[in-house]
Amino acid sequence: MTEPVIQFRDVRKVFHRANGRGDLLAVDKLTLDVAPGEIIAVLGKTGCGKSTMFNLIAGLIEPSSGTVAVSGHDPFRDFDFFRGKVGIVFQGDRLMPWRTALANVLLGLQILDAEPNKAEATARGWLARLGLSGHENDYPHALSGGMRQRVSIARAFAVEPELLLCDEPFSSLDEMTARDLRAEFVRLVRQNGKTAVFITHQIGEAMEIGDRVLVLHRPARIAFETRMSEATDAVARAQIHDKILEVLALEGTATS
Amino acid sequence: MISSPRMVRILQATASTLVMAGLWQIGSLFFPPFLFPPVPDIVARTLAILFSWNLLAEVLVTAARIFAGLVGAFVLGAIVALAIGRSPRIESYITPVLVFLQGIPALSWVVIAIIWFHGIEFRIFFIMVLTTLPAFTFQILDAFRSMSKELFEMTMSFRPRRWTLFKVLIVPTIVPGILTAWKVNLGNAARVVVVAELVGATGGVGYELLRQQQLFDMAGAIAWTLQLVLFVLVVQQTITAIENWALRYRPISERAI
Repeated sequence: MTEPVIQFRDVRKVFHRANGRGDLLAVDKLTLDVAPGEIIAVLGKTGCGKSTMFNLIAGLIEPSSGTVAVSGHDPFRDFDFFRGKVGIVFQGDRLMPWRTALANVLLGLQILDAEPNKAEATARGWLARLGLSGHENDYPHALSGGMRQRVSIARAFAVEPELLLCDEPFSSLDEMTARDLRAEFVRLVRQNGKTAVFITHQIGEAMEIGDRVLVLHRPARIAFETRMSEATDAVARAQIHDKILEVLALEGTATS
Repeated sequence: MISSPRMVRILQATASTLVMAGLWQIGSLFFPPFLFPPVPDIVARTLAILFSWNLLAEVLVTAARIFAGLVGAFVLGAIVALAIGRSPRIESYITPVLVFLQGIPALSWVVIAIIWFHGIEFRIFFIMVLTTLPAFTFQILDAFRSMSKELFEMTMSFRPRRWTLFKVLIVPTIVPGILTAWKVNLGNAARVVVVAELVGATGGVGYELLRQQQLFDMAGAIAWTLQLVLFVLVVQQTITAIENWALRYRPISERAI
């Protein structure tokens, strides 16, 4: 059996709140496996613990109990092991305003000590693949929201990561731009054989992107999961959509 | 009609300077020269200093003292600020000391330095560092703390080494704060160095001012003062030019003027 790229075992995450407001349980005994090359889309109401789960995978926070393993290693403790292995596309573009589009894409490669000429060629290549040729020397303030998000996608892909983490990367864009980028993103992930975790609050987006869709309830635990390969026709897709909506409705509302 | 905002600013500054000079000249008609010397006399004395190597050397000595003091305070302030930024424990020990230092008047440092040290140059360096250190530290610390948490997380996702993190994120983040700190402290340093030279030096603009006072030479006093003002203006403009180059990524509306 293939070793999962991401493995959660009974993971709990508790945040201690200030001013005597008690503890906040963000993730509750979450158990999850993500296979190599799989794209999972994670859906849930705002505040359900999606971002906490994301931060646990990214190694930005440590679980309170249970284990999180990415490629067999602890993402929080094995800091050096993950150098260049994880690419993240955040909700905002998070571009460094003092770097040009090209220099922003080069950031990860510079951190990985890539050979400068080769790194620049790689960065230029990714900008070109994302339709940003001619904008290499533009600073972020001169680019549109969609272009900036493309730069951030190029930055994540440029380091050739084994795992891609995306936290609602297209939520701040208009629907047309988001749809184009979504299609481009899925094409790039599949073409490059990456494993990806895609967090979203849109059911349509989750179904379009994910091989598997997980619906989380607060505190983060899997309330429903489905494989999109089971949705062979429009009727099956509509049934899955309705089921997800129903599960989400148990907690609140979601955008369809 | 002049459309360049830079040219408009230059013309406005020239106009207000000319008005001030005009008012002074009118004043000089009603008072003796040792109180209000005529503007042409002041201009002549100012140019005499600028074009006489021996006199200009005194200005350069003061400029060198200002730079030495500011560089010393900047290096020490940056180290202290980064140490405080990294550790709340260090902050709780060092911040009260800096606040205490900030409350000590420059003249007190002059007296302390004269009693403590023999060497004139070290005295002045000591005074300059101690008077500008708290401001440098707090300004660099503010810049460090204003670092975007989002950019920090993004950079950390690539797992940089400490030095790389410093190079790619921390330095570019604190550069605007550093430049502002230099601009602010330059003015303070110019004021402090004159006091230090006035009391405890045998050369420099402060010492020359003391001589003019003893000679009751107002034109000379103003001419030496103008040297320092010109020096500060030239350095301020140089820093602004560096700032505009370093912050060229910002939209034009957000750049320094």
